[in-house]
Amino acid sequence: MASLKKIARRSFLIGSAAIVGGVAFGTYKYHQPAPNPLQAKDGRAVLNPFVFVDQSGVTLIAPRAEMGQGVKSTWASLIAEELDVDPSKVTVLHGPAAKAYYNSAMMSEALPGRGYDRSNFQHSLGEVVGHMSKFLDLQVTGGSSSMRDGFERMRVAGATARETLKQAAANELGVDRNQLDTKDGQVISPDGRTLSYADLAQAAAALEPVDADLRPASQWRLIGKDVPRIDMIAKATGTAEFGVDVRLPGMKFAAIKQSPHFGVGKTRFDATVANTMPGVERVLDLGDAVAVVATNTWLAQQAVDAIEVDWEPAPYPETTDAIFDEIARSFEAAPNSTMRDDGDVDSLPADATVIEAEYRLPHLAHATMEPMNATALFTGDALRIWAPNQGPTIVQKSAAALTGLDTDAIDVTTTYLGGGFGRRIETDYIDRAVQVAMQMPGTPVQLTWSREEDMSHDFYRPGAIARYRAAVKDGKALSVHGKIAAQSTTVEGAGRMLGLPMSGPDKGHVDTAFNQPLAIPNFRVEGYLTKPMIPVGFWRSVGASFNGFFSDCILDEMAHAAERDPLEFRLELARAEWEPAAKVLETVRDMSGWTGSTPDGIGRGVALAYSFGTPVAQVIEVADEDGEIRMTKAWIAADLGRVIDPNNTRAQMFGGMVYGLSAACFGEITLDGGAVEQENFPDYDALRMHTMPQVEVALLENQPHMGGAGEPGTPPAAPALANAIFDLTGRRARSLPLMHDFDLVF
Amino acid sequence: MSTTLRINGKSHQVDLPEDVPLLWVLRDEIGLTGTKFGCGVAACGACTVHIGGEAVRSCQVALSDVWDDITTIEGIGTPDTLAAVQKAWIANQVAQCGYCQSGQIMQAASLLAENPSPSDADINDAMQGNLCRCGTYPRIRAAIHDAAQMIKEA
Repeated sequence: MASLKKIARRSFLIGSAAIVGGVAFGTYKYHQPAPNPLQAKDGRAVLNPFVFVDQSGVTLIAPRAEMGQGVKSTWASLIAEELDVDPSKVTVLHGPAAKAYYNSAMMSEALPGRGYDRSNFQHSLGEVVGHMSKFLDLQVTGGSSSMRDGFERMRVAGATARETLKQAAANELGVDRNQLDTKDGQVISPDGRTLSYADLAQAAAALEPVDADLRPASQWRLIGKDVPRIDMIAKATGTAEFGVDVRLPGMKFAAIKQSPHFGVGKTRFDATVANTMPGVERVLDLGDAVAVVATNTWLAQQAVDAIEVDWEPAPYPETTDAIFDEIARSFEAAPNSTMRDDGDVDSLPADATVIEAEYRLPHLAHATMEPMNATALFTGDALRIWAPNQGPTIVQKSAAALTGLDTDAIDVTTTYLGGGFGRRIETDYIDRAVQVAMQMPGTPVQLTWSREEDMSHDFYRPGAIARYRAAVKDGKALSVHGKIAAQSTTVEGAGRMLGLPMSGPDKGHVDTAFNQPLAIPNFRVEGYLTKPMIPVGFWRSVGASFNGFFSDCILDEMAHAAERDPLEFRLELARAEWEPAAKVLETVRDMSGWTGSTPDGIGRGVALAYSFGTPVAQVIEVADEDGEIRMTKAWIAADLGRVIDPNNTRAQMFGGMVYGLSAACFGEITLDGGAVEQENFPDYDALRMHTMPQVEVALLENQPHMGGAGEPGTPPAAPALANAIFDLTGRRARSLPLMHDFDLVF
Repeated sequence: MSTTLRINGKSHQVDLPEDVPLLWVLRDEIGLTGTKFGCGVAACGACTVHIGGEAVRSCQVALSDVWDDITTIEGIGTPDTLAAVQKAWIANQVAQCGYCQSGQIMQAASLLAENPSPSDADINDAMQGNLCRCGTYPRIRAAIHDAAQMIKEA
């Protein structure tokens, strides 16, 4: 075990962040509170940055992006658990961009090690390292981190607020605080008198916060239970405000045309026609893009479509084939990382059966249902932004660099997000709205991208190639040697997010390849980084989105070569490495009634992937339907250690699986002439009602630490499906999307 | 061109070119933002509204082609007066990001009006034009069955 100091001194590239320096200013400084962004005024008691109480009641701050994962509700539940309020009777706000709302868990993924083998000491160390996000102002929603981040901190926030309100009541009633009880937003005295939190607010505001112990799990009312989501009524009635729904007095609507070639500008543009079109107010030159401001979005879009632009040529290989040639060339250089190197993969016995396979996965777009958009109002000395975003402090910094304003002069309102999946951690679409607003001082402008603009200007899941050499002998796994090449999301995406150069071994690049919880005696995984070509970024489950496919597909090929049942083969390897991984496999085996054989016309596949702290096993069943392949059933088992809200977690699990299956069947972004060929959903389809399998989800709580929920459902989906199709057809899918090589029902 | 539209029982007068799609008239001119823009090419169903009771993609209906009264998500029920289909959506905790759900609910409401007891196959046929990137389909299916039951019992 490296010492804390040594780990702190090192600079690692890990998951989604680089840590430089570190715990040197960590343990001491992170305990100092960050400034509270909520101002106390007019009888409002601001008890801490997450709770305030005034005459209208209790307001909780859930400063994480609500992009469908239910975080607004689950975060509020953590506070409400200790504060003794009913989540449906309080107001829950996202709150402003602020240092106090940093993410303490995401950076802990950055620790070296496989994750599942983390000791308690390392786990605590992870929490310390996580607090470095505060110094980097990382108020970010991502990395399946929200519950791990908020689980303790938010209960403390609730408990402290509760005890402070009780102290105010104790002073008023002249009794000891310990004699008082709390329930449903009220303090109750031993003789049955009640005082509402609202009435105690002013007195509580004058007190020093009172510390409190956290309640034991046996007393929880909300954690571990199905709590109705607080955004559900709004989302069923069209009243939830997404980014595109922001409406301001005097607001104008804008559309944009950006270069189809990434990273370059235009040589000429002619807006003669656009200027004469109905509703058009301004045509704006944004340097490497053009925009039109009009009285409505559609009129702006028609006019921007009518602008003729000549663009500079693409400064990278112009076709998908040429890009993949470049990715393949990365194998010729030295590996960036060898994160696992157990035994000796180079010396295999002569009688071992060797399997060699190359897998190729395409670039992928996020394709959130709500296209990229943002609204901005620039007034010369201040800027207001309304945007569906995953990182408000990053938005603030980027806008400060564009406008020259201090971050204090930039106010960011985070709306609901119509999907995020990692796309909205980027600030490009908000920067564009700021650029437009800067040319329209005093006028609020909403910039909405067309679907075509959205799909062709993404930060894509990198295309990736894996080369595996594996061996089995006497029905056992003997060796796995995997090499993985792609552009680096860590170098490019985390570099953009942190504004720091990234160097060192890139753990995220090989995540879910080197740290699969499998006892394979000879096991080496090497990462190869390809130079930047087209923009790449964080796509639901990041490196695990391709590594889950590579590392599980090779396992299935090994099981077949070893003439073993694929589920039992995995189970044996998992049991010897990490019991919780074995348990998820046993659970899907039992749920699906896995027998190891399937009738004619039916195929079944299994996959296991450990990512973001959570092992997930999936079984998928496919059926031959008049020569076409239909997914009929899916079973998912996941071990999150602690499940905050089972109903919501199940939704994340099957939702993550669907995201992975959609990509596996239909998803690919290809380039020709340096430009993305896919324009809209007909070119980039997804699972729909009639292609969705029936699904059952089991949630386990065997592992000692809390795992993530938003991403771990995605990595096992594609391999489980590919393995099922092999079982049905006898043909291996070593590249995706499946629609190219198999007839799928669509 | 001055046009009068009847939306959710109220008349609205707009002065716009006749080819502006109904979606943008609703969202940007009248301020009914519950109806969403997803693709602009009738491939996702996020913009679904009812015209004369029929579910249509409002991104494809030009202002001059609107042939009857319009109902949007705001017109079928409000947070205080929920329609059965909305109650079923809430009971089944359907929404994740929620962006596609206005369109899903409008499509489901039209299905239920035509077919009070839809089978799974009927649901597949009616709902396959409505995309959900969060993958809420199993709960949408359950909510439609529940809504059918609720309507029958009412």
